[in-house]
Formats: sequence, C-alpha cells, structure tokens
Amino acid sequence: MWYYRGNVVAVLGALWTVAAVAGETQHWALRRVIRPELPAVRNRAAIRSPIDRFVVGRLEAEGIGPSSSADRTTLLRRISLDLIGLPPSAREVDTFLRDESPDAYDRQVDRLLSNPHYGEHWARGWLDLCHYADSDGYLTDQSRPVAWRFRQWLVTAFNSDKPYDAFTIEQLAGDLLPKATVEQRIATGFLRQTLSNREGGADLEEFRVAQIVDRTELLGTIWLGLTVGCARCHDHKYDPLSQRDFFSLFAFFDQADEINIDAPLPGELGKFLEAQPQYDRQRRALIGPVESRLTEFQHRWEAKLLYAAQHPGEDHVWDRHWEVLGLVWGGNLGEGQLEGCEIVKRDHTQRSPNQHDRILDYFLRHGTLVDPPAESESLNLKQLSEKLEKLSGEVPWPTRAMAIRAALNPRQTRIHERGDWRAPGDAVAPNVPRYLTDRSRPAPRDRLALARWLVSGEHPLTSRVAVNRIWQTFFGRGLVLTSDDFGTRGNRPSHPLLLDWLAHEWVRCQWSTKALHRRLVGSATYRQASEARRDLAALDPDNVLLARQANLRLTAEQIRDATLAASGLLSSRIGGPAVRPPQPPSVSEESYGNEWKPSTGEDRYRRALYTWIQRTSPFAQGVTFDAPSPGKSCVRRERSNTPLQALTLLNDPVFFEAARSLAGRLLRAPLTSDDARIELAFRWCLARSPEDSERTRLEAYLRDQTAVFETDPGAMRQMQPLAVDGRNPKRAAVWVGLASVLLNLHEFITRD
Amino acid sequence: MNDQELLMRGQRRLFLTRAAGGLGTIALSQLLSHDGLTADVKRRTEPFAPREPHFSPRAKNVIFIFMAGAPSQLDLFDPKPAMEKLHGEAVPASFLEGLSDGLIRGSATVFASPRKFQKFGDCGMEFSDYLPNLSRCADDICMVRSLSTDVANHHPAQLIMNCGSTMWGHPSLGSWVTYGLGSESQNMPGFVVMLSNSGHGVDGGASLWGSGFLPSIYRGVTFRSRGDAILHLTNPPGVRRSTQRLRLDVLRDLNQLRFQRTGDREIASRIANYEMGFRMQDAAPEILDFSRETTTTRTLYGLDHERTRWFGSNCLSARRLIERGVRFVQLYHTTWDDHSNLNTGLKTNCEMTDLPAAGLIQDLKQRGLLEDTLIIWGGEFGRTPMNEVRRGNSRGREGRDHHPFAFTTLLCGGGIKRGQVVGATDEIGYHVIRDPIHVHDLQATILHCLGFDHQRLTYRHQGRDFRLTDVGGEVVTQLLA
Repeated sequence: MWYYRGNVVAVLGALWTVAAVAGETQHWALRRVIRPELPAVRNRAAIRSPIDRFVVGRLEAEGIGPSSSADRTTLLRRISLDLIGLPPSAREVDTFLRDESPDAYDRQVDRLLSNPHYGEHWARGWLDLCHYADSDGYLTDQSRPVAWRFRQWLVTAFNSDKPYDAFTIEQLAGDLLPKATVEQRIATGFLRQTLSNREGGADLEEFRVAQIVDRTELLGTIWLGLTVGCARCHDHKYDPLSQRDFFSLFAFFDQADEINIDAPLPGELGKFLEAQPQYDRQRRALIGPVESRLTEFQHRWEAKLLYAAQHPGEDHVWDRHWEVLGLVWGGNLGEGQLEGCEIVKRDHTQRSPNQHDRILDYFLRHGTLVDPPAESESLNLKQLSEKLEKLSGEVPWPTRAMAIRAALNPRQTRIHERGDWRAPGDAVAPNVPRYLTDRSRPAPRDRLALARWLVSGEHPLTSRVAVNRIWQTFFGRGLVLTSDDFGTRGNRPSHPLLLDWLAHEWVRCQWSTKALHRRLVGSATYRQASEARRDLAALDPDNVLLARQANLRLTAEQIRDATLAASGLLSSRIGGPAVRPPQPPSVSEESYGNEWKPSTGEDRYRRALYTWIQRTSPFAQGVTFDAPSPGKSCVRRERSNTPLQALTLLNDPVFFEAARSLAGRLLRAPLTSDDARIELAFRWCLARSPEDSERTRLEAYLRDQTAVFETDPGAMRQMQPLAVDGRNPKRAAVWVGLASVLLNLHEFITRD
Repeated sequence: MNDQELLMRGQRRLFLTRAAGGLGTIALSQLLSHDGLTADVKRRTEPFAPREPHFSPRAKNVIFIFMAGAPSQLDLFDPKPAMEKLHGEAVPASFLEGLSDGLIRGSATVFASPRKFQKFGDCGMEFSDYLPNLSRCADDICMVRSLSTDVANHHPAQLIMNCGSTMWGHPSLGSWVTYGLGSESQNMPGFVVMLSNSGHGVDGGASLWGSGFLPSIYRGVTFRSRGDAILHLTNPPGVRRSTQRLRLDVLRDLNQLRFQRTGDREIASRIANYEMGFRMQDAAPEILDFSRETTTTRTLYGLDHERTRWFGSNCLSARRLIERGVRFVQLYHTTWDDHSNLNTGLKTNCEMTDLPAAGLIQDLKQRGLLEDTLIIWGGEFGRTPMNEVRRGNSRGREGRDHHPFAFTTLLCGGGIKRGQVVGATDEIGYHVIRDPIHVHDLQATILHCLGFDHQRLTYRHQGRDFRLTDVGGEVVTQLLA
C-alpha cells in the first residue's frame, strides 16, 4: 500500500514537473490569456485609461516621460481620419473647439462611431485581409458584378457593431447556422474572395485546390496569426504545425462549394414573387411537349460528361466538354464556377428544382451541340432555348450574392504529398491542430464548429491577433510588429501585458469592436502629440515604447477621399455596386482584356471603397499609394514615399479637378481678402489655421503665380479659369494653383 | 552636422542644395523613416542608393525580353527532323509515362514543324526561317534548349518565371535586382517595364512586375507607349514649367516649415521625391525622344516600319534607359499563345520582334554595352510536339498546346558564354534528355551574373527568409563565360 501510494506521488510529481516545464516553454502566443493586474505608475496625471498604466509604467522603467496631449484640432482630425477615414469639416472643428465640457472629446468619439461612414472605413481594412476584388483574377479575369454584396455586408456589420464572434461565425459558416438568413449567407462571401481561373485548359481540380489552400491560409493569417501555408508541402519548419494539421484545416473548406444565392435588395422580392408563378407556368408550357425526349437526351449527355470526368484522357472531346462546363458556368456573373459540374455529379432525382432548371438551361445552350444534331433539331431545342431565354429575360430576378454552401457531393480530403494535389496521400478528416486545442473538449468537425472554436473566448490567438491588428491601425505598428505572424518566428510583443489586457477586455465586452475602438482612442497614449522628440531619436527611434503618437501617411483611399472632401466633390452616398472613376486608358490596357469605361455623374466622386477592383490591372492611384495587391491577404500596408506619388498629386486630372473645385469654393465664399481665403483654405484642407510664416509664403506664391500668368496669358487661358470663377479669370487661375499646393502638402496626406 | 540638425537650425540653403541632389544624397538615416522591419538601415533609408552585390558581377544591367504566351520552341529553335516520320500519329506511349498533366492529353497526334531550319554563325546554331535577324546574332547568343517549369497555365507559369513562385504576392526578378543593387539613376525609376502586343495585353498583368513583399519602391514602373510614358508625367492644362516650379518651391518651403514643427522624417523624403518627380518629367520624355538617333540606328531597330515600330521603340528605349543608369528593363510582348493558326500567329510576332531584338544586340555590342548587359529572351513555357487538340486542328490552321516539360530560352551578353547551345530534348522535343535546367536554375544564374548568391539575396517576411528561387535553384556554370 505504501509502496503504491508512494508511486502515485512520484508519478504525480513527475507529471507536475513535465507540465510546469511545458508551461514555461510554451510559446507566449499560445498561453491562455489571463487578465493582468494593472501596473503601478508614479505619474498619475498621465493616466486616462488602464491602457496608459501599461504604457506609462513601461516608459517610467526606461526613464522616459510620455508626450503631452496633441492640440484639439489635431486630435479631431486624428480621430476623424482613424474612425471614419475622412477629415473633419471646418464646422465640426468649430463645434469641438467651442465645446468646453469635460466630455467634449468623448462625445466627438461617439459621434464618429455612429457616423455611417465609420463602417465604410473599417470595411476597407477587412477587405485587405480577405483580398477582395470585383474580378476573378488570372488570365481572363472576368467580372464579379455582385461581389459588392459582401462589401456591403461588412459596412453594415461594422456600423451595427456586430460582435467579433458573430462577425467571425457568419463569415466562415453563416450558411450552416440554424435557419440561416440571407444576410448570414451573404457573409460567407468572405470565402469567395479567392481567385477563379477560367482560362481554357485550366485544370478544374488544380484551381479548386488553390482556392481551398487560399481559404485555409486566410483562416491562419486572420484568426490564428499563423503562417499555416508553410505546412502545405512539409511540416512547418518553425512552428509545431504538421502537414497533416494543414490538410486537416484544409478539410473544413474542402467540404464546401461555391454558390451564388438569390439575395433580394429592398423592393425586389415582392416583384419577383409576383412574376414567378406566371414564369413557372410559361416555362413548363414551353418544355412540356418535348420533356420526356429532352430529359432522356440530357441524361445521355450527362452520363457521357460524367464518364469523361471519371476517365480523363480516354476521349478528349468529352474531356473538353467537362472542362468547359467548369470554366464557363456563370462566367462574368461571378457564379461558383464548379456548380454545374457538381449538379451533374448529383443524381437527378436528388436535385432541387432550381438545380434542375439551371443544368437544363446550360444543356440547351451548350450541350446540344455535341450530340447528334439531328435529334436536337427534331426537338427544335435551339428554338426552345431561345424562347426560354427570352422568357427569363422578362423576369425581375432578385439580385444575387456570392456565398458558400456545404458540399453538394462530399469529398474525401487527402494529404497532398509534397503539396502536390496530384499526389494524394493519407485521408484526413476536418480537425484543428492538436497543439492549439484543449483536449478535454470535443474537436470541431465542421466549419460552424470551427468558427465557434475560434471565438469561444478561450482561444489564445483569436483575440490577441485581432486586437493587435486594431492597435496597429491606431498607432501605425502593432504591439506585435509582425501582425501576420504570431508564431515562433514572429516578433514578441512590445507590451505583452497590455496585449493580454486588451484581448481579455474585448472578450469581456462581448467582442464589441466599437467599445474597443472607444477604449483605444480614449487613452492618453493615443491622444499624445506626434511631434518627434530629440530625446527619443536615439533611445527609441521606432517609437516602440509609445512615448508619442505616430505620423502616418494616409492610405490610398483616404488620400482620394480627403481630396474630394476638401474640394467639395465627394459623394456621401453609401453602398451599392462598384464604380469606375476616371483613369488613363493605358492602365487597363496593360493586362489581357480589360476595359475601363469611366462612370459618369456622382459615381465619379464616390469614396474609394467603391472603386472597381480589377485584379490584373488594379486602379492606378491605388497602386501608387500602396493599396494592396488583390491577389493576396494584406495584414500590414506599406506607406511608401515615391516620385510617382508626387506626379499623381500634382498632375493626375482627378486631383487637378479637385484643385479647381476647391478654388471655386474658396472664391465663392463671401470673403474680401486673400488673407481670409488662405485661412479658409487651410481650415478646409488641414483643419487648422495657418501660421504667419505659412501665410506669408502663400501670399508670395500668389504674387509669383500672378506674375507668371501676366507674362503668359495663354497658359492662364488653358487653365479654363472662367469655369472656376467667371468674375476674374486671372485670380481664378492663380487660386487653382494655390488650391493644388494645399492638396499636395505632406501634412494634407498625413495623419499626425 | 547632419541634415536634421541643419534643418533644425533653419539653414535652408545648404539643406536644399543637398536635397536637389536627389535621394542618393539627401536621405541620411537620421532624416528618413525607420520602419523597424529590417535590420538594414541603409537600405531602408536610401532605397535606391547604389549597392555592391555579393561578389564581382559579370553584368550590371538586365534587359529581360519576356515573350508572354509561350513562343513555340519547335518552330523557332529546336528542330526535330525525326518528327516528320511520326507526323499525324499518336505520341509514342514511352513519352507519356508518368505524366499526369491536365493539358497534355495523350490523344493528340504528333505535329512536325512546317518551318525550315538552318545553321548560322561559326557555331552553327540552328534557327528557323521565321527569325532571319536573330539568327545572324548566333555567335553572340547562348541558346538553352533544356528549360522546364512547374505549371502549364499562363498566369501561374508567368508568375514563376517572373517572380519565382506560381503564387501571387512574390517580388519579381526586377524588384529583387533593384532591391539588391539600387539604382544609378537620379531621375528615373530603377526598374522599368515596357509593353507591346499583337492583340492582347499580358496575361498576368501588373502582378508580373510587382514588388510582392519587398517595399513597393522596388515595383516595376510601367513606361507606356500611349499617353504619358509614366503616369501623370504631363502637367495639367495651363501648368507650364514655370508654374510647376513655383508649385514645387512653395510646397518645399511649406513642407519644410512643417518639418521644423513636427520633425516628421518622412517630410525630407517627400521633398526629395517631388524634386525627383520634377526631374522625371524632363528625363522620361527624353528617353523616348529618338530625334538624335542616327538613321542607321533607326533602321537597326525598325523604327520606320509599321510592323516593327512598337517593339523596336521599346528595344531602343531599353538601351537608352540602360545608358542612363536604369538597372533592370523588362519588355513584355504578347501573345505567343498559338493554339491554332500557328503559321500566321507565330509569323506575326516574329515579324514584330525579330529585327528589333537583333538590332538591340548589335547596337549594344557596337557601343560596348553588351559586356555589361545581360539580355534574356523567352516565354513562360514551350509548346507541345503535338497538334492542338482543343481548338484548331483543321489542316493549315494547326496550333500547339502548352508544354512545360521542355522549352528554349536565349541568353546573350554580360557573363554568358556565347555561341553555344546548352541542353537537348528527345527526338520529338517532348522531354529534356541533357542538362535539364529548371526556371529556378535560370534565375540563380541570372543573379549570379549580377554578382549575387541567389541563396543570400533574401528578405525576411512572415518569419522566414524568402528568396527568388524559393527552395531550389543552382547556378548553371555551363552558361557562364
């Protein structure tokens, strides 16, 4: 007995030691998030929020003091640009400056959080992550005219402060939720941002696999902060992620198909339901007379297709027909390209009426060419197809949306040896990496369970990774600098306890993104001045310790939006399909077959969020200012500084048009002196008033520019100043110049 | 006294004198951004400062003529008389063993080239009758007949040839080289891209000259043949040079006042970039202004003929860019994707490009630039020995399908052993049978010519050091002089 008990003690002791060692050696990002104690600080005056205790505590340890608060104008411009992506109007600045109540700043924050432009700005950040675009990618790069439905979902989700757990679940598995709504299914459009290859000869399975790999990597990057793609070909070199782990994650998405759904916009459903019975009747009436022979004919066609799919290489004509089904299905509509193939694979008795109709329509259009034409002719199928098409053309179909559904025909996922999809290895079931799981709980087996596992509140990575990305947006760099890599090769956090406090606090606040944003911008750390400090130049050149705010160049989208806003051109319309603002035709001519037909009217001046994104020839102004490549997830944008940016802001007709419009606004203002106008121009563009030195320099510019136009009236006339201000063309031309100068200032394109 | 101190003391003139010298002289580390992402401070702060490679280079410049769409090696460079006997027959099964490629269907029949081949130069290099001019340069060319790639689809294959990976988001060869070498030009971008075509733009579009995870300053800048050579090079209507200068002067002064107040290090760089943009406005049109070129040169590049003018202008511009310190010029010509009508399609593209490409080689040679300049001519893969099975197999309208297993690329100039043919394919050109060279080997060799160990030219991204050649690539010493 004693002997026995002693052993238990020994064993337990040994286990404890193992556990303790394991605990110590566990990579920091995988440890449970525990709410840390708030550090003690000496300088109580510098504290506005718990966040500041962590930051100031650390600074005090280094013997550095924080910066004082930025002036109020700078602060308002900062929170406007950070929360809604747009600069404040002069009136908003005035209101704030006049408001002397202690909660004036907080009320501005609340105003901005409930501004509908907030959702637009934050949607853009999420679109970077899932590499959204309005086209397929690859050679033919066909249009996805309803891709915007997902973008719209995002705008609404941010505006309504959808908690991050629901936000996650709906995007990864909205279709699997009980009684899923149309909106929840539109959310799965997140998974549809993968590229589609419709190039003739593209292997359907190869590019389907590429999509699943992409989805798996998106999950890894966005929620886990791990470079899971490294384990596609071999076990991860640095993190304990095996190739089997990668394909177990892959398997979740392998069990899903791309599908577009009817997602009626307001007002569409009633009209459709009204028209539907008659359409169904007429369609049945047209098909009825030939139905039995037609069905038999179609089934023979399907049987041959299926045979070819299962026996590639035997008959290249039918190989080709199978391939074409997968390449052209729903092309230029952004439909799931393999939907037709999946319907054919499904026994016809098990198809839904909709699937039945759609494959019949395809067959009538493409299939009848390939069997004995005599039969098709005797049935008059070509005529039937045309009649059906005409009939369908009269129906007010609801607008569609790109979505995901559980696979129509289940697949057995296998490991791809050396990452080669043509070399299938062991079968694997959907599962999450062992080292990330709590083994006492059942492991997730489908997408919905996967999504719930991510946001159970106990996952060590989900909240840390997301909080860090949000921090990065407000401070220019993450607490973990490598915001895309929380693995062992990534950077360690600069403020580990702060990161954990935020991660914990966010979950405690029911994952409210707005609450988190409010917390961050309310901190003294955020509100610090951004001016460079001599004492920090050597001590902390990269501002890791956060003794000041950062100067951040605006994003491509913000630069366009701010320019249009300052010049009074910006359309404030929210939502809707993508638009094509003007750009030189040579941009789209770079790629295979794209055409850029500029939008007209208000659509020329929409926020950049709504600009059409063509993957093989993205919008030029965006590329120049580091909008990410729409082919790959972007977690951290660059902020480059190049001569091409100078040429764009100085010479791009869009930006010069903005300068003309701004000049017109300034000249129409009821002001009598140049001085007052310079003041107004500054307030419109930079929110602040000019310093004397700036005023003097601009007055000198006005004189110099006037002299130029006096000696060169031809140039003055070319500027078409009468369209700017009819009363005094020379003055108008000079002010266009001045307006363009303000819109080119470094300060104008910077958030200080 | 560093530039920041100069600025702080308001000694504007001295600072501006330096600023006017361009990025290379102004951008001291104290002034510019410290992003903290790489350890290499100098590279961060002076992205275009000329840098030394790992070892003494054989070439300083690259002109990469990318023939997108895949020119048919069997009708241009790799004659297969044995195919005559097999013409119209199924491909012998022995060639197809172990293949599972989606595009290369076993049911196609062998298609002997209708072209006539002849030996050229002292080295006796063979070319088809579609390349009467390049063939005259045989003794300057190294012909590689044994290349292979990993994929048979245009865009992924173009990505791996241009960027080393079939996936999006990797830096292009030109970006790597500019990242490694910097640029000697003070008024032009370091990596310039030019396009021409016989109908369609390039399949992969801008993803082929992107900078991937490298800083975007290393992205290829498109020099356009329509509209402005560089986007927005032309001033807006009514803004003449004098007004542009006035705008720049007041911008500089206001930006500088801002710098004095905020100490934002990006401002100095912004000022320098506005000045460089202003210089580009003069320099870029000058590149395209051929008025001082002699009639002989114009003839050499085919500038006076409609057929050759487009590609010829790009070739001549490439020379002029190289002369002015640009390190990497990439020309794209599309599309060589002759699935059908091989005879006419291939002829058109050869007629557009053969004379100017040969002219470029001759011109560089006579100016002594060829020793320092590596020219590459080639596509993303080859074409099948068989008739195309998908589209055009009616008589006289035959084409060839995509073929990743064996294709030909030409190399010429800096560091390359000239007048030789490297590698060989089997009797129908299906597989490589001697000296197999993978795309990554070619890339390793190109970097070697420029003085780089391809395994050491790396960039830290997502926790790992990435390189152009992924995990492969070996320098092919046989290609080197």
